[in-house]
Amino acid sequence: MATINHADIQKNIRSKVIKNAVLKWLFFLATMVGLVFLVLLFYRILTQGIGFFSLDYILSFPAPYPEEAGIFAGLMGSIGLMLIVAPVSVIIGVSTALYIEEYAKKNKMTSFIQANIQNLAGVPSIVFGLLGLTFFVYMFNFGYTLIAGGLTMALLILPVIVVAAQESIRSIPVELKEASYGMGATKWQTIRRVVIPAALPGMLTGTILALSRAIGETAPLIIVGAATAIYTTPDSIFSRYTAMPIQIFNWTSRPQEEWQYVAGAGIIVLLIVLLAMNAIAVFIRNKFQKRL
Amino acid sequence: MNVSLKDKKNTKQSHSSPKLANLNQERTSPLRASETQDHVFEIDKLNLWYGQEQALYDIDMEIPENQVTAIIGPSGCGKSTFIKTLNRMVEMVPIVRTSGSIKYKSRNIFDRKYEVEDLRTKVGMVFQNPNPFPKSIYENVAYGPRIHGIKKKELLDEIVEKSLKDAAIWDEVKDRLNENAYGVSGGQQQRICIARALAIEPDVILMDEPTSALDPISTLKVEELVQELKKKYSIVIVTHNMQQAARISDKTGFFLNGELVEFADTNDVFSNPQDKRTEDYITGRFG
Repeated sequence: MATINHADIQKNIRSKVIKNAVLKWLFFLATMVGLVFLVLLFYRILTQGIGFFSLDYILSFPAPYPEEAGIFAGLMGSIGLMLIVAPVSVIIGVSTALYIEEYAKKNKMTSFIQANIQNLAGVPSIVFGLLGLTFFVYMFNFGYTLIAGGLTMALLILPVIVVAAQESIRSIPVELKEASYGMGATKWQTIRRVVIPAALPGMLTGTILALSRAIGETAPLIIVGAATAIYTTPDSIFSRYTAMPIQIFNWTSRPQEEWQYVAGAGIIVLLIVLLAMNAIAVFIRNKFQKRL
Repeated sequence: MNVSLKDKKNTKQSHSSPKLANLNQERTSPLRASETQDHVFEIDKLNLWYGQEQALYDIDMEIPENQVTAIIGPSGCGKSTFIKTLNRMVEMVPIVRTSGSIKYKSRNIFDRKYEVEDLRTKVGMVFQNPNPFPKSIYENVAYGPRIHGIKKKELLDEIVEKSLKDAAIWDEVKDRLNENAYGVSGGQQQRICIARALAIEPDVILMDEPTSALDPISTLKVEELVQELKKKYSIVIVTHNMQQAARISDKTGFFLNGELVEFADTNDVFSNPQDKRTEDYITGRFG
């Protein structure tokens, strides 16, 4: 007597096939939920915001009337923040990743650091805001300035950058490093000529994702004192500033309906900046891969 | 030379295990067969552990200059570990410990003052799988010279051309030096890797099963190349292919379970093995 009863299997196969088909459609529906809401979101933002979206809007400062209000201060503030966040977090983040992956001995201490970097990535952003308030605003006495906001944001996305950089370093085939070491290259030469070029696309992607998170963050900036109504663009890292999400948040909390549309236009600008950042990343990546 | 012989006597006396002592006697005569020759490596009582697990046991061996030394043995016998010890690549695994000494040109490579980068510049390596960098063929070969400080374009051009010629691949790639090295066949990639190893003008070339990932025709080309290269370089080649060892090597060492069972002229090993285990292995009774 065979253990597999083919007659039975044949009888039951129909229901198994149906179950499979049902599940396939359920999973498809689950996928659609996210997609549909994304499309609805885009639709709402575009229909609400497009009326106020214009070059004037981009180049105007906040104003008491919706028709005159613009996002220029927020846009410049956000760009200013990124100019601080990007270099600070990338330099510290990539260095950390290189140390852990390439230099550090694999011992308890390293895995302790590793575990805590991953924990940091999960800390709520408002906690980073409080940290920034304590250290940068009061202790270093930067006050409510661009540099205080930028450094706080840099700390916030640092763990994400470290983890992304580590993953892209780890994905480099060990054979490539062996080839380099086998010719008498030092660790640093190998990192500079083999590890970083091969890991760069992954690092860039991680960095851009992290920066996108930073550019949309509101909570920590409120805590470290980004202003809501400001009529100048920051001219130094010690200027007062506002940022796009703060500005949008401020507008949406006003009672009159028009302000919702002004906020919608702000979100469009924010999305455009995000897309532009991603485009830059893709461009750099493609250019780099061609050079290889 | 005298020193190493004396050491070997000490080694023999210090063995407590009768099996190992016996083994040592058996391999004394073939080891002494080449006393008049110059050696690039003099290996003395080399033991190696991965953590708690011992992978190499009391290896005594002298690797001759300007000859091809083949290392054969079944999988897991320690032959790859052994060859990677010669340029200390084995230390890429952090838990490795060693004892004993390996003298390269009479200097112990485990000496604290011996910079591993210095050693690897003299003892180049070709790996099991072709591992070109994801760069152009030119940049692959120029990598070594560049890391050792050569910047002049004309000089680099010259080195690249010479290395590719020496690796018998120049005619096949000379028109596409700026193309990605991944674009050529596996056999060509391996010869580019050999050219890359030659570009730093090493003294010894270690080859860790360099043809195991290649087709028969590419294998033949690499084997012919090895014959050509031994005029200028000392070559140590690990292979699991006994016919290959018989075809291309001057000396053969047989490893089993981390021990060097037999080491002698290739002809002797294959026609008149001294150890029963060697005979069993080369006649295909195991492995």
